[in-house]
Amino acid sequence: MVSLSDYLILSSVIFCIGLVGIFVNRTNIITLLMCVELILVAVNTNFIAFSHFLGNETGQIFVFFILTVAAAEVAIGLAILTLLFRNRGSISVDVTNSLKG
Amino acid sequence: MNNFIEFDTSSLWAALPEIFLLSAIVVILLLDLFLDKRFKQVTYYLTQLSLLISGLLAFNLIGHPQTIIFSGSFVLDNMASVFKVFMMGATMVAMVYSRHYLRAHSLFRGEYFVLVLLSVLGMMVMISGYSLLTLYLGLEILSLSLYALIAIARERADAIEAALKYFVLGAIASGLLLYGMSMIYGISGSLNISDIASFASSANLASRETLIINFGLVFLVIGIAFKLGAVPFHMWVPDVYQGAPTSVTLLISTAPKIAAVAMLVRILVDGLGSMHAYWSDLFMVLSILSIALGSVVALMQTNIKRLLAYSTISHVGFIMLGFATGTLTGYGAATFYMLVYVLMSLAAFGVIILLNKKGFEVDQISDFKGLSKHSPWFALMMLIIMLSMAGVPPLVGFYSKFFILQQVISAGFITIAVIAVIFAVISAYYYLQIIKSMYFDEADKDITIHASIDMRLILSINAILILAVGLFPDFWMTLALSLF
Repeated sequence: MVSLSDYLILSSVIFCIGLVGIFVNRTNIITLLMCVELILVAVNTNFIAFSHFLGNETGQIFVFFILTVAAAEVAIGLAILTLLFRNRGSISVDVTNSLKG
Repeated sequence: MNNFIEFDTSSLWAALPEIFLLSAIVVILLLDLFLDKRFKQVTYYLTQLSLLISGLLAFNLIGHPQTIIFSGSFVLDNMASVFKVFMMGATMVAMVYSRHYLRAHSLFRGEYFVLVLLSVLGMMVMISGYSLLTLYLGLEILSLSLYALIAIARERADAIEAALKYFVLGAIASGLLLYGMSMIYGISGSLNISDIASFASSANLASRETLIINFGLVFLVIGIAFKLGAVPFHMWVPDVYQGAPTSVTLLISTAPKIAAVAMLVRILVDGLGSMHAYWSDLFMVLSILSIALGSVVALMQTNIKRLLAYSTISHVGFIMLGFATGTLTGYGAATFYMLVYVLMSLAAFGVIILLNKKGFEVDQISDFKGLSKHSPWFALMMLIIMLSMAGVPPLVGFYSKFFILQQVISAGFITIAVIAVIFAVISAYYYLQIIKSMYFDEADKDITIHASIDMRLILSINAILILAVGLFPDFWMTLALSLF
């Protein structure tokens, strides 16, 4: 039997991978989007695990909303990425450095 | 869980402003498709009209007793109505200013207005959200429309870069917030703020339960601090303020702050108010760091939008300081500060937009050189705004800082108050720098003003309000205090 804490440990590991991925990644912005998705997956795992062990469906409803919002978010993210490529000719993280101070 | 089946249309009136606005958005979006290019003004006027009607509907609901509808996920109370009215007002003024900017930089497109209305809808949902789900959805409606709004200047590489940075950091913030929400849900078994509040305040909490709530709480505080732009989660603020088109910066720096404060109140005060001892320490640290960094880093800026971004960070520090005191009057003072900040920020960005003209983007402090010779009236307005931001009496910026510090001292944090005052004095330097530039430097380029009469009028009223509210702060202060 898989216990609640196993799920929580799994989700926190995924969460950390996502978070670290965002901060150490210097090459490609698509990877950033993937890391953001990882964070959301971790949250979904959390919600479903809690929902199952509490015997309460609210958490699963929340997951549906998170999935929908994540889809919309990625759509906007990729649109911005396309614009960046048009303006700068690259989607490397290093090209986003003209604003600083 | 029977109450999920109950759906009573007779209680829908409590969400009337939101419902009206949503229908208006759909109509405007469709109408704009069929409008000829010559009649694009119609979209603007319809936008203003729907904001006005929605604002009036919200105004009409002020004074209603607390009503909770949609199975406890939507609340109508005085705070919600007052915040909505202010938010609508701020957006309407922002739209008047934006029109001039959009025309000058050929960004006058229908989708701009639709996106602004959508972000307003998101903010209204956030203000009235009474479950973690509604709050999250409101936040995302707001954020997604703002990402698109920044990127609306498609040809500007800086705007795209700003949009991307805001997007990535905003997505991380949402992720952290959600992780905190999942923890709170896991321990309390409910998403409703009222259930969470009764769970968190029950006397027989095991230490394990308190620990998990605290674990979730840290993530919630980080998520909220991200959205407010408090140090050390402020990285996006200067870049977004500088890169975004000024009219979008104006919008981002005003209305969403009201919504973010509302979300803070819903989650941390209404929901986890009994856990106050744990989150107030976090808030203390965040607010002092924000005040310090906002005041010091701004000294080195030459770009006025970036300077105002750091000034925002330091104002946010003061707002959080008010919440950190943990008293009802402290919350009231913080709300008052937030409303005052919105008023000042509107006017400050309004003056920047005022100087914009076709093909000329104003974003340097040096662009203000010699303004007093060309337009003494608007130089005076900018003088009032800058002195108010610096906290000089009798302007309203002084009273808002004064009320916060008064609450901080009476809560016993004298050292914190002293540090805050020292940094407030340091920050006066860069506000005075702008004034010096306007009054004592010679203009090196043509700075005639081309704005239309409605913008000049509203901007003047806006700046004079800063003086007027400063002279008679009682009404506003009583209003802010009555919300808690």
